[in-house]
Amino acid sequence: MLKYILSILVTALVAFVCGLYLPWWGIAIAAFAVSATIPQKPAYSFLSGFLGVFLLWEVLAWWIDNKNGGILSQKIASIFGLGGSSLLLIVITSLIGALVAGCAALSGSYLRRILFHRAPPEGN
Amino acid sequence: MKFLPFLISSAVTLLLVILLNSPWGKIPPIGKFLSPQHGFWQNAEPVDKDFGQDLQLPGLKDPAEVYLDDRLVPHIFTSNDADAFYLQGYLHAKFRLWQMEFQTYAAAGRISELIGPKALNYDREKRRLGMGYAAEKAVVEMEKDSVSKSEADAYTAGVNAYITGLKESELPVEYKLLNYKPELWSNLKTALFLKFMSLDLAGAEDDFEYTNLRSLLGYTVFNKMFPVQQDSLDPIVSHDTLPPKPGILVKAPVGSDSAYLYNRDAVHVKSSKPDPDNGSNNWAVSGKKTKSGAPILCNDPHLGLHLPSLWYEMQLSCPSFNAYGASFPGAPGIIIGFNDSCAFGFTNAMRDVRDYYEIKFKDDSRKEYWYNGEWRTTDFRYEHILMKDTLEYTDTVAYTIFGPVMYDKSFSGGRQTNNNYYAVRWKAHDAGNELMIFNALDHAKNYADYLSAIKWLHTPGQNAIFACKNGDIAICDQGEFPAKWKRQGDFVMPGTDSTYAWQGMIPQEENPKMVNPQRGFVSSANQYPVYPSEYPYYLGGNYPNYRGMMINRYLNQMNDIGIPDMMRLQTDNYNLFAEMARPVLLKNIDPSVLDETEKRYYDLLQEWDLRYEADSKAPSVFKIVWDSLTAVVWNDDLEKDNLPGFYPNESTLLEGILRDSSYEFLDDIRTPEKETLKEDVLLAFKRGAAKCRQLDSEGILLWGKMKGTVVEHLANLDPFSRLNIMNSGGKYAINAVKKDHGPSWRMIVQLSANTEAYGIYPGGQSGNPGSAYYDNFIDNWATGKYYPLWLMSKEEETDKRVKAIIRVTSL
Repeated sequence: MLKYILSILVTALVAFVCGLYLPWWGIAIAAFAVSATIPQKPAYSFLSGFLGVFLLWEVLAWWIDNKNGGILSQKIASIFGLGGSSLLLIVITSLIGALVAGCAALSGSYLRRILFHRAPPEGN
Repeated sequence: MKFLPFLISSAVTLLLVILLNSPWGKIPPIGKFLSPQHGFWQNAEPVDKDFGQDLQLPGLKDPAEVYLDDRLVPHIFTSNDADAFYLQGYLHAKFRLWQMEFQTYAAAGRISELIGPKALNYDREKRRLGMGYAAEKAVVEMEKDSVSKSEADAYTAGVNAYITGLKESELPVEYKLLNYKPELWSNLKTALFLKFMSLDLAGAEDDFEYTNLRSLLGYTVFNKMFPVQQDSLDPIVSHDTLPPKPGILVKAPVGSDSAYLYNRDAVHVKSSKPDPDNGSNNWAVSGKKTKSGAPILCNDPHLGLHLPSLWYEMQLSCPSFNAYGASFPGAPGIIIGFNDSCAFGFTNAMRDVRDYYEIKFKDDSRKEYWYNGEWRTTDFRYEHILMKDTLEYTDTVAYTIFGPVMYDKSFSGGRQTNNNYYAVRWKAHDAGNELMIFNALDHAKNYADYLSAIKWLHTPGQNAIFACKNGDIAICDQGEFPAKWKRQGDFVMPGTDSTYAWQGMIPQEENPKMVNPQRGFVSSANQYPVYPSEYPYYLGGNYPNYRGMMINRYLNQMNDIGIPDMMRLQTDNYNLFAEMARPVLLKNIDPSVLDETEKRYYDLLQEWDLRYEADSKAPSVFKIVWDSLTAVVWNDDLEKDNLPGFYPNESTLLEGILRDSSYEFLDDIRTPEKETLKEDVLLAFKRGAAKCRQLDSEGILLWGKMKGTVVEHLANLDPFSRLNIMNSGGKYAINAVKKDHGPSWRMIVQLSANTEAYGIYPGGQSGNPGSAYYDNFIDNWATGKYYPLWLMSKEEETDKRVKAIIRVTSL
């Protein structure tokens, strides 16, 4: 369980750092690398990648939106037919990032399986 | 086998990334766009953002400071002119980059690059009008003069310093939405922007509509419906200020009566046009009439209202000048503003400087055309139009001695038969260096400097107004204008020889001007600048007369004027047209024949205080009824016209009725009976009342609702626009606010020892829709409020109005 939580947090952290230097798809590299490093079952890897970036993008978007007073998110949410809902836009943002990171993490975990020829230990 | 899950999930991941990194129709690359570290979230600026920073910029000569005040107006202090224009370019780009570039794309006919083939016709029209051709000539002129070259170069370098230092996450949000990147700036782009303004201000003509109507109605009737002069006129300059005798004698060609005026050939072209109400007010009162004893100058240019705004407020301060005012993102200099010695502003001169000639080509190849008895070789300009998601389109435009052939077989202009060729002669094609006028005005110290500054203004012609701390006030109807014979260029002209060509330009010193008049003020509001009978040249164009009459009526009465009086005048909502037109309506309706609701609207009209107030229904009732009368009177005469909606000027009908209650056009020519004024007015009123009732039931008869002012985003994105602004004002009031058009920068400058100035524009200093400074002036603008304009001095660095400092050093 600890490893699972750790892996979520590490994914979020590495994804954040990648975001500073790489294009947006740096989150995929981050999730991939983290799950290739921390051994977990594929399903858990997917979830930790997914949740790591979900968490990161949710917090970042919410933080930015809060400081902006929702000025821009309401406008963008109107352009995209979300009825001007900032909240919905934040959730969709996070889900998109999470999906990419989850898939990348899953790939990382499968790569680890190939490289180390064994299943991760029972439990997590 | 164990590779399979890896390969599948990797492929899925990769595909997902590729999909989310690609645009999908109108939808931007969604992963890139939504990423909080890269996409639009990065444009969501903290409302309390600190704009202060230390910058190192390449090409700057000396260290400089920019102080941003509480409204985000930058006050730039440099040690030389070039650095001031460099930092102006940098700041324009920092706050308005997308808009700057978009406007030049529009000017150059490059919108298809952004949105694909649906903009092709728009682009072709700009190119066939020769916008790029004109801008290229302007750059040559701009770079010939060392002063304007250094100014333009510095500005371009400043814009590019910002663009090259821009990270992808910092791109304005419109680039992210439309998924493209900015190009580097160039002097050509500055020239394109200035041509964009020329098109807006000096691109108006009704040549095809007029030619059509002349053919349909015959010249005699046409001339009554579209007279060259209205009865009511209070021109910009008075009798005694006109030149004694003309410098050139213009003569109508022999035979022009039958070959031109009475010619019945019709043409059918639909052309897009600038707003006919691109106008403005300006006036300057001498110290004799003010409370402080110092002159006061006021200006409010009426233009299309957009977000980001056309204007950007700033102060440029360096040893050679210190100017404050509204600037154009896209061009260096302060355009409408003031400096330590004087204030300056503009209204549009409205002259017709765009005419069409019918060209006779030898054959379809367009390689030769007939001119002055011989076949002449055509020049071709190849316009390569890149289109998003599809192939390039090349438009081959023929250039004749008159100019580019806008309409031909390949570009129909909405015609059914494309057999004719029309070349456009546009004054904005002629070389000129308009940048210099703003440079010279920003530096001007006195009347002599003003006079030599405005000589640079060729196109678009403007009523340039001036007031100086030494007490001088002046106005000049300035520009380089073709000297025309009566009605020249109102219709499409024959282009097979030089007979109908422009015969020369009006000598600059003969442009109407007035300096320190006895009456103590100068003013303009786009009216005819002179009494037509007293000026040797025909001007063409359309001139609204009511705002000018109103301004002069007020200013004649006013004395002991203070700044609050000027604010009231600039935002005055009195409708002079209605003052003259309402009696026509009321006198000719017998209230006893009206039903109950009609009577209610009749009473509203009767009790109206003649002001366009947002919370009143009466201005709406008046407009609806008058529009209805316009249709009743003219529709029968114009029934066969294939350009519907093109009516005579409203004052033509009003003055026709006032002159003669049995005005000949009141009769409906489709009926055997002879309709009278009373019948027409009653019919118009009953139809109008029905429309009023309908709007009333929808709750939109209040003037502010019916007018429904909008300030629309340049790419027509509603969420980035401000819609349904409830404000007062209207077309005939000094406060000429219409639906999407109106006072775009209200400025009042009192030239006392310490300059006292006020201003506002409907927008905000930041072009970023995610900024708190994007549209924060609009509500105050709508209610007629002003901000004090602060001509800051370097010693005031610690003033509490300074919210952020950008210190810049050379890299």
